[in-house]
Amino acid sequence: MSELMLKLSGVNARYGAIQVLRDVNLEVNKGEVVVVLGGNGAGKTTTLRAICAMVTTTGSIQIAGTEVVGKDTADIVRMQVAHVPQGRGTFPEMSVLDNLMVGAYTRKDKEIQADIDRWMDAFPRLRERRTQTAGSLSGGEQQMLAVARAMMCRPELLLLDEPSLGLAPLIIEDLFRRFGEINRETGITMLVVEQNANLALEIANRGYVLEAGEVVLQGSAEDLRTNEAVREAYLGA
Amino acid sequence: MTAVTTKSRGSFLTWLKTGSGILTAMMAVIVIALIPAIIQGGLKLFLQRVFDSLNNGAVYAVTAIALVIIFKATTLINFAGANIAMFGAYVCWWLNTSYGFPIWIAVFVAMGTMGVLGSLIERTLIRPFDVNDHLPVVLITFGIAAILEAFAGGLWGLEFHKFPSPFPSDPKDRFTIAGAFLRYETVGTLIVMGLMIYGIYLLLNKTKVGLAFRAVSSNVESARLVGVRTGRTLQFGWALASALGVLGACLVAKQTNLEPAFMAKLVIFAFAAATLGGLDSIGGSVIGAFIVAVVQSMLTGYGQEIPGLGWLKSNFALVLAFVLILVVLLFKPAGLYGTRRIERV
Repeated sequence: MSELMLKLSGVNARYGAIQVLRDVNLEVNKGEVVVVLGGNGAGKTTTLRAICAMVTTTGSIQIAGTEVVGKDTADIVRMQVAHVPQGRGTFPEMSVLDNLMVGAYTRKDKEIQADIDRWMDAFPRLRERRTQTAGSLSGGEQQMLAVARAMMCRPELLLLDEPSLGLAPLIIEDLFRRFGEINRETGITMLVVEQNANLALEIANRGYVLEAGEVVLQGSAEDLRTNEAVREAYLGA
Repeated sequence: MTAVTTKSRGSFLTWLKTGSGILTAMMAVIVIALIPAIIQGGLKLFLQRVFDSLNNGAVYAVTAIALVIIFKATTLINFAGANIAMFGAYVCWWLNTSYGFPIWIAVFVAMGTMGVLGSLIERTLIRPFDVNDHLPVVLITFGIAAILEAFAGGLWGLEFHKFPSPFPSDPKDRFTIAGAFLRYETVGTLIVMGLMIYGIYLLLNKTKVGLAFRAVSSNVESARLVGVRTGRTLQFGWALASALGVLGACLVAKQTNLEPAFMAKLVIFAFAAATLGGLDSIGGSVIGAFIVAVVQSMLTGYGQEIPGLGWLKSNFALVLAFVLILVVLLFKPAGLYGTRRIERV
């Protein structure tokens, strides 16, 4: 468990003149589920975008020991990193099947079809709707599609940006149960950004709390759940 | 339409507002408007005017598809497209008349040449700019159009040149159907258009670069996040659109003759076709192209008999193209079969 999958040291990120991340240090071990908590505008989404070079970043970001700051998004994805952006990030005009095909865009092996079957087995609704366009799916189905699409590149690191956003409570619970299963079955490392701290901490090993672009708290999921400040701010207790 | 008879009046009105509903209504209006003219002029003349419009329809369709491909990928109108096509037609004519290249070889070489030029334009003049900031890029496409027109005039002169026909074009090369003549050239143009559309379908739906192109068209950010190199994909779009534009220009140049502005004069009809069909819909823009061509042919044919409008003569069609663009943008901005409205150009 001690092998590092992801290491952010002294990361600053900005959109034009606005600095969003300040000196962020964050580590994720191989096989871990780590959650990033924080309010609106705390820099959670930007942290994930920085990892995929979708925002101007300085500092150091290492994925499995390789420095990625300054690399192109397309090359980072080829290091087996999958990113499910906020708002699902599916391809609305394309069919469910084509969405999954695009997910395997970087792959050249012969097992793509087998993986499509595998994720359709995992999410039977996607099989039912495989010829429908992604835009015609419900919010929950789109989130399933987004996750399945991300898994199509056989990632070692999965970045999930607010997967619960806009979904009904029952669907969110089911989704997080799935994330836990996927982590256990595949050993995939996950970094999850979430406002729904309760559920996120249930499947997470560790967590970080961001405030105004800085890490203000970190610890095991258990510690965070019992921390007074976290309980007050994010657990509604 | 069984739905109309079994369901309520409300569902008929709903259907009428869909792309197919509007299309049917438009066809009905066109046919009804033409009834007096057909009665007066006879069916043979009417059929001849339909046949005459098919050639233009196919050319508008090819040119409109070139516009649609760039629009799908970038949500930009490429104002350089017409002159890239014009320049390619000159290259084709030059290879054929000066170096004796067989016409179809010359067409393919010209398509390849302008395809390469299109991809270079994307790489050097378009990519450095923010894709979300449309104005600079639109101005650049205008600039490219002006430069190509100047170069064509400088290299080959401003006078008209006769363009070799890619099809048998003797006055006797024609079918006779119900007394009206259908030229081999028209049939050839339609066949080439059909093959081209099938080719594009295969390219976009059965190849990896096509998959990437559709992904970028649908959601640029997510396309980057699955590892698509978006810059290269747009470059491919520019190359494809430029080559297709050249094909369209070579198909029409026999009728219009070559001069530096010959495609710029024609592209307004292709633009009207694409706007009507939907700027992000290849199928829609083909339908739009034939509607525009038929209406244009009827107006130039019968329009002079409309009281008070005879003085417009063949310019009538040009005015109509603008009116059509305006009406579509006002009332159905996404076009008949498009999904994306034009937010800004």
